[in-house]
Amino acid sequence: MSDLICKGTTTCEGCGMELLARSIVEVLGKNTIVLTPPSCSAILTGFGDQTCWRIPAFQSNLENIAAYCSGISTALEYQKREDVYVVALAGDGGTVDIGLQALSGAVERGHRFIYICYDNEAYMNTGIQRSGSTPIGAWTTTTPGGKEESKKNIVEMLMAQGIPYIATASVGYIDDFKRKLDKAKDVNGPTYIHVLSPCPPGWRYEARETIKLGRLAVDTKLYPLFEAIDGDIRITKKVSKVKDIGEYLKLQGRFRNITKEQIKSLEVDAAKYYDKLVEMEVE
Amino acid sequence: MDKKVAIDGNSAIAEGVRLARAQVVAAYPITPQTPMVERVADFIDEGRLDAKYIAVESEHSALSAVVGAALMGTRTFTATAGAGLALMHEIVGVAAGNRLPIVMGIANRALPSPWSLQVDHSDTMAEKDMGWIQLYASNCQEALDYTLLAYRIGEEVRLPVMVCIDGFFLTHTTEVAELPDQEKVDRFLPAYDRGDVYLDPDNPMTINQLNSAETFTELRYAHNQALNEVINLFPKIAEEFKDIFGRQHSLCRDFECEDADVVVVTLGSSSGTARKVVQRMRANGMKAGALQVSCFRPFPKEDVIGKLKGAKSVAVIDRSWALGTDGPLSQEIKSAFHSAGIDIPIYNFVAGLGGRDLNEKTIENVIHSTVELVEKDEKRLYPIWIDVKKEVI
Repeated sequence: MSDLICKGTTTCEGCGMELLARSIVEVLGKNTIVLTPPSCSAILTGFGDQTCWRIPAFQSNLENIAAYCSGISTALEYQKREDVYVVALAGDGGTVDIGLQALSGAVERGHRFIYICYDNEAYMNTGIQRSGSTPIGAWTTTTPGGKEESKKNIVEMLMAQGIPYIATASVGYIDDFKRKLDKAKDVNGPTYIHVLSPCPPGWRYEARETIKLGRLAVDTKLYPLFEAIDGDIRITKKVSKVKDIGEYLKLQGRFRNITKEQIKSLEVDAAKYYDKLVEMEVE
Repeated sequence: MDKKVAIDGNSAIAEGVRLARAQVVAAYPITPQTPMVERVADFIDEGRLDAKYIAVESEHSALSAVVGAALMGTRTFTATAGAGLALMHEIVGVAAGNRLPIVMGIANRALPSPWSLQVDHSDTMAEKDMGWIQLYASNCQEALDYTLLAYRIGEEVRLPVMVCIDGFFLTHTTEVAELPDQEKVDRFLPAYDRGDVYLDPDNPMTINQLNSAETFTELRYAHNQALNEVINLFPKIAEEFKDIFGRQHSLCRDFECEDADVVVVTLGSSSGTARKVVQRMRANGMKAGALQVSCFRPFPKEDVIGKLKGAKSVAVIDRSWALGTDGPLSQEIKSAFHSAGIDIPIYNFVAGLGGRDLNEKTIENVIHSTVELVEKDEKRLYPIWIDVKKEVI
């Protein structure tokens, strides 16, 4: 275990994001600058004179983490320091909603930085409000009757920009995430990893189920794991025996009121998207 | 060798940035700032400035990017105007609160709405209390010199600085100015010192995290102390500047104030006009004076009082508004005089909004109106909109 992050943190029991943070410092080591927006990952950046990081860390604003990364990365370039990684660790709201413009701009300009989005599918740190990344049928405090729209696909958006390395990952398959981060770190340009990060209080499930849910999301095809190097797609976890989406949904209180039609649409969309990825996959 | 050049305000700031050897620049184009950042981009492209230019996708990202670069220990520059500065607002606080000596060129432009491309100071006045140093130049030479002073002073007190020039009246007006020699600038402005707040894996620190009520007040207090320190520091550095470059700069610039019946107080390009009006009025036997406030933040209360206290009355022209009350410059001056227990009639005039020419006639009207009001011993609690069209009233 890396000592670049402290042992006791005040994240929730069963937090997927914390596991990611530990994996990040393990893979990237001490020459890493980490940025966190006001979100659950800000818990690691700390309060007052306390911090969980033993690497340089900066608390960003919610919408501009990628812009701060642009400046840091450019200064490193000016200083001719190639041995330092710049990492943004932002949630889904800070990425697919309010942070989208700065992220898109930074990716277009080609700065060398690693953007990791821990997707817990709502604004969890402010108390479970709907984000663009909340799936259809999910309860949040601002969608008390369940969200009526589908989840925004940020990965496709960034692929359309021609990002040199992009991947999806899941807290349920942490070694797969670490392998992808290890690849991202050597890319001389912007890289992005979108990680499904189950959240016990937000998804309404027992803390011990985090890994199980992170795996079920992949095994039901709801959340396919793949990477794209210079646009060439490769599925990193083939799903041959598809698990029942119902099994994934029933473990979570947030889907208590999901309708049959919504479940059907989740199933159809998941299968369609997986098939599309298979079709696009490079042999 | 210094050389005399014909230069506009935008290029003057750009030359200052080149001479200051800025290292990372990030900017987003907005009228009337564009030629300023275009010149900087040219300098980098021509190899005359060793810097990186980040052509960001918004002003919000422009300031964020230079905050990131400043945290890495590089000398930085950005520039904006009007609505662009308003979009930066949130990060204006971050730059100052983290004590990063960023220099930002401002081509002053009225805030919407109504939309206007032209000057008033409503954009920078909306940021006046965010903890930045604010300098307002009255001509292109000052624009260049203030840029050099901004880097030097900002880096000493670890605070960001806005160098403000009036949109079009200064940004796009060509004047003769002296372009200093690089060797002199290097003597005046030492290599960038990253200070105590930086991101470096060899000395890791966490920056800008959440604070409790236990520390928030003290951090703000320290910030305020640093800002007020500029009042003492500015004259000392201005002395050094004069020794090297031969030009005198001050927190506020007085002209015939001492025995004046009326002193007109201004910010920015209209200060030159005011000096000319005063000169002519003096020649005609009218005892007028002019005071240009060059450093608006921190507000140099003692200097302003010192230079105005001999006057029989004061007319403050605000080229911006504080709708519903006095203009911001007037608020400062009235507050300073009241606190110092000095009772001189002070009248507030709002003029020159949204690019309306703040010309000699307007300034003459301000002075004559003030004389009349003093004679009639008439008090005014609210500002007089002196150049508003008569049919509106």
